[in-house]
Amino acid sequence: MKMNGARILLECLKKEGVDLIFGYPGGTVINIYDELHSFKAIRHILPRHEQAGVHAADGYARATGRVGVALATSGPGATNTVTGIATAYMDSTPMVIITGQVPTHLIGNDAFQEVDIVGITRQCTKHNFLVKDVNDLALILKKAFYIARSGRPGPVLVDIPKDVQIAMAEFHYPESIEIRSYKPTLEGHPKQIERAVDMILEAKKPVFYVGGGVVLGEASAELTTLARLLNVPVTTTLMGLGAFPETDPNALRMLGMHGTYYANMAMTHTDVLVAIGARFDDRVTGKLATFAPHAKIIHIDVDPTSIKKNVRVDLPIVGMVKGVLERMIKVANKKSAAVEALKEAIKPWHEEISGWKEKHPLTYKQTSSTIKPQYVIEKLRELSDADAIVSTDVGQHQMWTAQFFGFTTPRTILTSGGLGTMGFGLPAAMGAQAAFPERQVITICGDGGIQMNIQEMATLVQNRLPVKIVILNNNFLGMVRQWQELFFDKRYSSTCMELPIDYNKLAEAYGANGFRATNVDEVEDVIKKAFATPGPVIMEFMVAREEKVLPMVPAGASLNEMVLNA
Amino acid sequence: MKHTLSVLVENDFGVLSRVAALFSGRGFNIDSLSVAPTNDEGISRITLVTSGDEQVLEQISKQLNKLIDVIKVIDFTDGSGVEREMALVKVTAEDESRAEVLRIVDIFRAKIIDVTQKSYTIEATGNPTKIDAILDLLRPLGLKELVRTGAVAIGRGAKAWSKDS
Repeated sequence: MKMNGARILLECLKKEGVDLIFGYPGGTVINIYDELHSFKAIRHILPRHEQAGVHAADGYARATGRVGVALATSGPGATNTVTGIATAYMDSTPMVIITGQVPTHLIGNDAFQEVDIVGITRQCTKHNFLVKDVNDLALILKKAFYIARSGRPGPVLVDIPKDVQIAMAEFHYPESIEIRSYKPTLEGHPKQIERAVDMILEAKKPVFYVGGGVVLGEASAELTTLARLLNVPVTTTLMGLGAFPETDPNALRMLGMHGTYYANMAMTHTDVLVAIGARFDDRVTGKLATFAPHAKIIHIDVDPTSIKKNVRVDLPIVGMVKGVLERMIKVANKKSAAVEALKEAIKPWHEEISGWKEKHPLTYKQTSSTIKPQYVIEKLRELSDADAIVSTDVGQHQMWTAQFFGFTTPRTILTSGGLGTMGFGLPAAMGAQAAFPERQVITICGDGGIQMNIQEMATLVQNRLPVKIVILNNNFLGMVRQWQELFFDKRYSSTCMELPIDYNKLAEAYGANGFRATNVDEVEDVIKKAFATPGPVIMEFMVAREEKVLPMVPAGASLNEMVLNA
Repeated sequence: MKHTLSVLVENDFGVLSRVAALFSGRGFNIDSLSVAPTNDEGISRITLVTSGDEQVLEQISKQLNKLIDVIKVIDFTDGSGVEREMALVKVTAEDESRAEVLRIVDIFRAKIIDVTQKSYTIEATGNPTKIDAILDLLRPLGLKELVRTGAVAIGRGAKAWSKDS
């Protein structure tokens, strides 16, 4: 059947199982919106800013594991998506972003609302397309979804000129697709996997260092099985939180700049380091010259460019982590004597780690009536549902959430790890809530970042998305302030927010509710009240203004050079 | 160390810009780059001369392969390829230097492709080091303008690269 390009787009989305998109109308997508008007298979949510629309689609994708879809018009609509796309790219979120473009005959003429968005996003997408002919549209969308979700996932942008949306064509959606120039290596090499297991079995001080790849690759169960089978300690990156239960005795929790003392000490002393779906980011490694100095390094990743990019690797395994871990479990199960020997051999290692845990646990002091931010995080964990989804913004509150919430399941923490995008938390929670209307969704923000996408309060209220918004208010851009305190002699240049905002009134203005706690005794009440109140709620906690995130590895220092008390 | 890479890419819009942006975005060097279609009209071949240590070269190769439009990356640094480059050179040629220029052209088996009373324009082809050598000899005689194509390379032997191999 012949249909116009706009309708073909929607039919393609439907074929891909897309049930929800976040989009903002405009001149070059008006034909798509006209088709959407009567297209019942896809729900559309209108954010108040295209950036938030992309973050919402990102949050949806992170919470569900499905491909998130966002739609924006050409020109400023398209450029507003860029921060969202770059955020998704750094954290490998599978997404398809559709942008309208000026009609093909006007491209290159500096037409009204024209930008070269394919050129602009070339460096922050996994791939992108400009559709020049309506007959190519379905195939391009098939490719876009395939590329977005396969291998190392990532955002793919499809730019569709207005005349292509109007032009008519037969709709055929290809059942399968092969791209000759894109063939990710999915299965790890069996010999390498066997060698890796042997290397671990001969270790005295092994550590699993786990990144977001385990969450993206749905390999949390396999990881947990293998770690328990071999009794190997596990540390996770910020993106890896939830991949391994932090309640497990083998959990070293987060490593790196604001990681635990014991995770960083374990990294410094390990003799066999197994990196699983992690990419040795500078916030994780600290000074490279002194990183894991005694370790043989095994690196499992689906993206070959991650391997040997920053650190030397003794044994690379390219493949999907799930399959690789499954195979490692099988191999280990065949070597039960060696496994028992390993467990015996690493007893002193576990004792050493226990010693570090006792010496410097994650801690804070709640001594006065002033609310400590860490206390709020602990109370949130205690009072929230077991399957609650938590998103964060970026800064101190993000690190406190990572340190003190205690994540136990994958896809329950949504945070901008690689790009560190302020303004991510609220729209990401919106996307997760839209995906899971029945689950509790909490966003934990600072008073800086919440302002960056605060307009989404309107979207939450309008669409009955009952996100619970936590603001840890220290009236500072706290993380930068912390650096200024520690490294710039307390010269608080432009980090004090100065103007206090009445968040209760702000919530009210959007038709939501707001509660505030200024004293530690009020924290529990406010959380309980907020959780019991239907609809979106702002919880504002006036917290200790100059509380620092500790421990901290100063930028460029070695992992064992942590500032523990400052 | 210098490396000569052949990058076989889909002959799609924007591919060259993806490759170039990869090099600038990640701080890799491009000494020269040449691109043209191949015998398969859907495929273009980029020959790229770059430099860096082993780790950098490994990253360059992996990052190129990661680009969706890149079909194959071939590294010819191990001597497995034959390299050629062409240069067009305009040199001053007056009085006694006219004969000297002609001698050099002859020795390097180059060609005069344009001539005036004051100048010769020379076409020289060969291995990039040969081009360097002729330029070194022409420079003192008055090298006025130079255009180089950058190297192109092809594998030695009977075996050819094809999309099915």
